[in-house]
Amino acid sequence: MNLNQDGATAPAGIPYVRIDRVTKRFGTFDAVRQVSLDIAKGEIFCLLGGSGCGKTTLLRMLAGFEEPTEGSIFIDGVDVTRVPPYERPVNMMFQSYALFPHMTVAQNVAFGLRQDGINKSVADERVREMLAMVQLEGYGPRKPHQLSGGQRQRVALARALVKRPKLLLLDEPLGALDKKLRERTQFELVNLQEQLGVTFVIVTHDQEEAMTLATRIGVMRSGEILQVGSPTDIYEFPNSRYVADFIGSVNLFDGKLVVDEPDHCRIHCEGLGAEVYVAHGVSSAPDATVTVALRPEKIRLGREQPSQPENVVRGIIAGIAYLGDSTRFLVQLSNGTQLQVTRSNIDRHDEHLEYDEVVWASWEANSPVVVSR
Amino acid sequence: MKVRRSPFVLVMLVVGFAFLYLPILSMIVYSFNASRLVTVWDAAHSPTIIWYRELFANDQVLEAARLSLQIAAVSATGAVILGALAAFALVRYRRFRGRSLFGLLTTAPMVLPEVITGLSLLLLFVALGQWTGWPQARGASTITIAHVTFCLAYAVVVIQARLMTVDRSLEEAAMDLGARPWKVFVVITLPLILPAIASAWVLSFILSWDDIVITSFVSGPGSTTLPQLVFSKVRLGVSPDINALATILVGLVSVCVATAGGVMMRTERRRLHDAQTAMGAH
Repeated sequence: MNLNQDGATAPAGIPYVRIDRVTKRFGTFDAVRQVSLDIAKGEIFCLLGGSGCGKTTLLRMLAGFEEPTEGSIFIDGVDVTRVPPYERPVNMMFQSYALFPHMTVAQNVAFGLRQDGINKSVADERVREMLAMVQLEGYGPRKPHQLSGGQRQRVALARALVKRPKLLLLDEPLGALDKKLRERTQFELVNLQEQLGVTFVIVTHDQEEAMTLATRIGVMRSGEILQVGSPTDIYEFPNSRYVADFIGSVNLFDGKLVVDEPDHCRIHCEGLGAEVYVAHGVSSAPDATVTVALRPEKIRLGREQPSQPENVVRGIIAGIAYLGDSTRFLVQLSNGTQLQVTRSNIDRHDEHLEYDEVVWASWEANSPVVVSR
Repeated sequence: MKVRRSPFVLVMLVVGFAFLYLPILSMIVYSFNASRLVTVWDAAHSPTIIWYRELFANDQVLEAARLSLQIAAVSATGAVILGALAAFALVRYRRFRGRSLFGLLTTAPMVLPEVITGLSLLLLFVALGQWTGWPQARGASTITIAHVTFCLAYAVVVIQARLMTVDRSLEEAAMDLGARPWKVFVVITLPLILPAIASAWVLSFILSWDDIVITSFVSGPGSTTLPQLVFSKVRLGVSPDINALATILVGLVSVCVATAGGVMMRTERRRLHDAQTAMGAH
């Protein structure tokens, strides 16, 4: 099942959610700095970043708990920058779930409807529907503390969705669940989103979660958005050292640009002790210092020297980590640099590499990505 | 594993409890003493309940008890309402000008000598009476106001402690679902801090009920609270009906404590049971 329904499509036409040059300042500290972002209707947009990168502050501004210092926020064409949270067509699922402990599950889910003064029988029906949708039929009379973590998570989701918000904000939605449950819930979450067509904005620090859930990801760092793109874009074509390093594992080599043509370039990497041939130009100033990012799974290992003239280095195996589905090797080059290489264990009787063995590592010219700082 | 208890531990336990409760116990025993002399046990006619009968026939005592109850109830209620608001401001609005000064001022009466509090309130009421015509004389209302001021300090501390443990995101979630701030306070915050509100109320009630120093400063003719009455009676010599009165008070307090303890234990047990059910439902 492909979780990323519509790939890299950037929002066309008028965006559903528009964040326009928003800054949030706490004292002299810019938690969010000049962020602009357009999100289309029906998207699952993930704000990804380490702690303190401003992703939660941005989410809280969408919810209305924080007011931007500068800039404005539009939802469905309406300026909501100064609209209080209780008047926004936005609901949020909190990281701690924030279920009201003194109310039953049904009362929790009905809370939002009651605030709108919806007729009790109608509200009851919608609560029942919603609980059925999250597979919690019959749990209505229970209290939150009588539920397991996964059940609580689904109650929180039902409560946030029952008002049919234009925008659902999810703060680390799967953070408190164990690994198996998280994997299952990811699929349920995406299914639910498809059924209801609600636009999701998710905040997470977990890159795997972002990759599986999101149609687009925005990588944040110190209050700014570094890169916006589909999971594939972000992984295969990171635009900066930070993004390359944050998403997945990567080998990074600083080097000097020696040749830069429209269709290829050569970078001399001191650390690698070789020139890297890359099958795309970077149109940068000559002799510029750049970084080559190379994913571990894009490197081949072998005892025999490959026939290709470029992008080959020799080293010895300094570390082996067997992970079941794949094996991770550390290849030490003659100058001391270590190269991470991942090999998937497709064949059980694969060429068996041992510690201290001399190997050749090679890669295709279109595998490395040249990133600026 | 069997733990051998040394007899020393047992002895210390008995000595400790004796130190704490022997005086009260002797007072209870002597309340059934027939003799008018408090320290002489009249074995021929005891035990008896004449002092209790005398007590309930004494209008002065009954009126003082009624006044004390009324003042304690009203000032506890006032202190809890103001205390809840102050605690909410202190815990939920972390960044307002003068926050630490406000916190200091609300809790200062706790450490202020009662004599100072009483005297300053007396001066205030006298000055106020001269300028505005109110209060013309000091009485139940001035006592109540005085009690609110010092009970407030305790109420703020108790409620503040509880409020700090209430997850802020619960209030945000309610607001996010469409509840206005005042509604959030009433339907979310208030029920969650209700145990603290109740204990703050009981604490304030007891503080007001047995206060004598501040009360003496701000009371007037015709408004004698129970502690004041006891105090003035004892000054004329200890009479046995005081023992009876004290015994009734001790009995009332014991019943209250036992009830509160029982309720708390039951909720705790139910909570544990629920938690276990939740584990099973996984």
